[in-house]
Amino acid sequence: MRVPPRHTQRLAIAVLGGATLLTLAVLVFIIFFVLEKGLRIINFDFLLLNSEDMGKAGGIFTTIVGSVILPLLAIGVAAPLGIGTAVYLTEYTVESKLTKIIRFGTDCLAGIPSIIFGLFGFIFFVTMLEMGWSILSGGLTLAFMVLPTIIRTTEEAIKAVPKSYRQVSFSLGATRWQTVKKVVLPNALPGIVTGIMLGIGRSIGETAAVIFTAGSSLRLPGSLFDSTRTMSVHFYILAREGISTDNAYGTAATLIIAVLLVNLSAYWMMNRFIAKRS
Amino acid sequence: MKLIGEAGVRRILLGTAFSAISALLLIALFILNEGVPFIFSYGINEFLLSSDWDPQANRFGIYPMIVASLWVTLGAMIVGAPLGVAGAVFLSEFVPRSVMRVVKPTIELLAAIPSVVYGFIGVMVLAPLIRTYLGGPGLSLLAACIILGIMILPTVISISIDSIQAVPQSYREGSLALGATVWQTIHMVTIRAAKSGIIASIILGMGRAIGETMAVIMVAGNAAKIPHSTLDSVRSLTANIALEMSYATGLHRQALFATGVILFVVIMILNSFAIMAIRKRVAKK
Repeated sequence: MRVPPRHTQRLAIAVLGGATLLTLAVLVFIIFFVLEKGLRIINFDFLLLNSEDMGKAGGIFTTIVGSVILPLLAIGVAAPLGIGTAVYLTEYTVESKLTKIIRFGTDCLAGIPSIIFGLFGFIFFVTMLEMGWSILSGGLTLAFMVLPTIIRTTEEAIKAVPKSYRQVSFSLGATRWQTVKKVVLPNALPGIVTGIMLGIGRSIGETAAVIFTAGSSLRLPGSLFDSTRTMSVHFYILAREGISTDNAYGTAATLIIAVLLVNLSAYWMMNRFIAKRS
Repeated sequence: MKLIGEAGVRRILLGTAFSAISALLLIALFILNEGVPFIFSYGINEFLLSSDWDPQANRFGIYPMIVASLWVTLGAMIVGAPLGVAGAVFLSEFVPRSVMRVVKPTIELLAAIPSVVYGFIGVMVLAPLIRTYLGGPGLSLLAACIILGIMILPTVISISIDSIQAVPQSYREGSLALGATVWQTIHMVTIRAAKSGIIASIILGMGRAIGETMAVIMVAGNAAKIPHSTLDSVRSLTANIALEMSYATGLHRQALFATGVILFVVIMILNSFAIMAIRKRVAKK
């Protein structure tokens, strides 16, 4: 018996639509579940007090500090390298074996799991360069991790700058670097900032790479060589060692809100960028 | 910039261009250097194929972890890939562009949720459900598969959507003009044309699943034994490293780095396939 195509089509739409709804429902449930349990815990004391008793009591202030410093350090190192790579690939060279190798390396680096970055950071920064468990070790490890994201987004942003802009600049007698500095980069800026925000978002949420490089000290760090604990690591320790479910939910909610804010501003900037283009 | 000059700038930029590839080589060098000597001195067969993991007695067989990682990844694919591809097809072919402009960033936003949060949901919501309705300890292979399956959804959906949208409109019009229904067009023309991108999205999802650490530690139970059912507790390669790294020394630490070597090699192979699949799509366009 042959089923008429009309019926298979209805069935297919129902199945695909159902799968889509299920996917969206699960993902939305996760956010609301955490926020619902966590927002009750969050208040000014929770955000601004140091933790006491391994996190059982008190707030999460020092972990918020850790979650701000580490990503900033990572971006501070990765952004110049990443933007430089993207400028070189798009403005200073033509497609060749070399660019292919550089792109392949970038893509591979993007796919390396965070635990491998953690192992590497531990053996290279913490042990060999004798930086110990510190903000510096953690920040540099994260810099390696977010580098591919910044290279890719910057490259896309630079490619989106119309060719005619460059031609006008060259025809006025500007050199290549003057053109890049005065014309290409300013026009690509929102796209570059988007990449940076995505990198910050990824660093804030990272656990495996940070716990083996920055350590998990709850004290307020005094220098770049002190160990620190980020919100993600704090949350992991609270949840895994069963120290305090309430504070774990509170930390998770703060973490999700922070990551969502960073990503939303990245999207907002990207949309403004696209709107300006067209 | 007068100080450096045009040629200087070019040289500096060329230098930065090697940052990513040097980072990759540095990572490969250090992981291999720590792990490979151990694999050979311990015996490659003994290391990969023995089920005896007992660091105190200097016995390091990672076979159970390899099996666990394979099952967890396969399970995550069974949960995540069909849902993700179905979602991508539905969103790009049946949903108006205006809705899509909201839904796609939302889904991509979910890729940014820290993996520890997914793990925690697994512990608080999923594991009790499994314990109550299916038995066993709850923290199990099944829980890990479901949580990882959910975690890879954003990756699979977003890359699949990109490749489905890259299929030229004329392909669809040609098929519809021949009298095919919308669904026939989708599964006979559109999906086939977008095949390499969809496969790449699944491979990248696989890479994410096999490399995921914290979420798996939280939900999989972490027993270093070969699982006999989906309700058994398992320990993945990544979990094995992260669980013991904080206190391991000497031979034990080398064994953990050797575990990292195996993981690194598997991921590099998967990545290369994914990158080639995506490249092929770009080249075809």
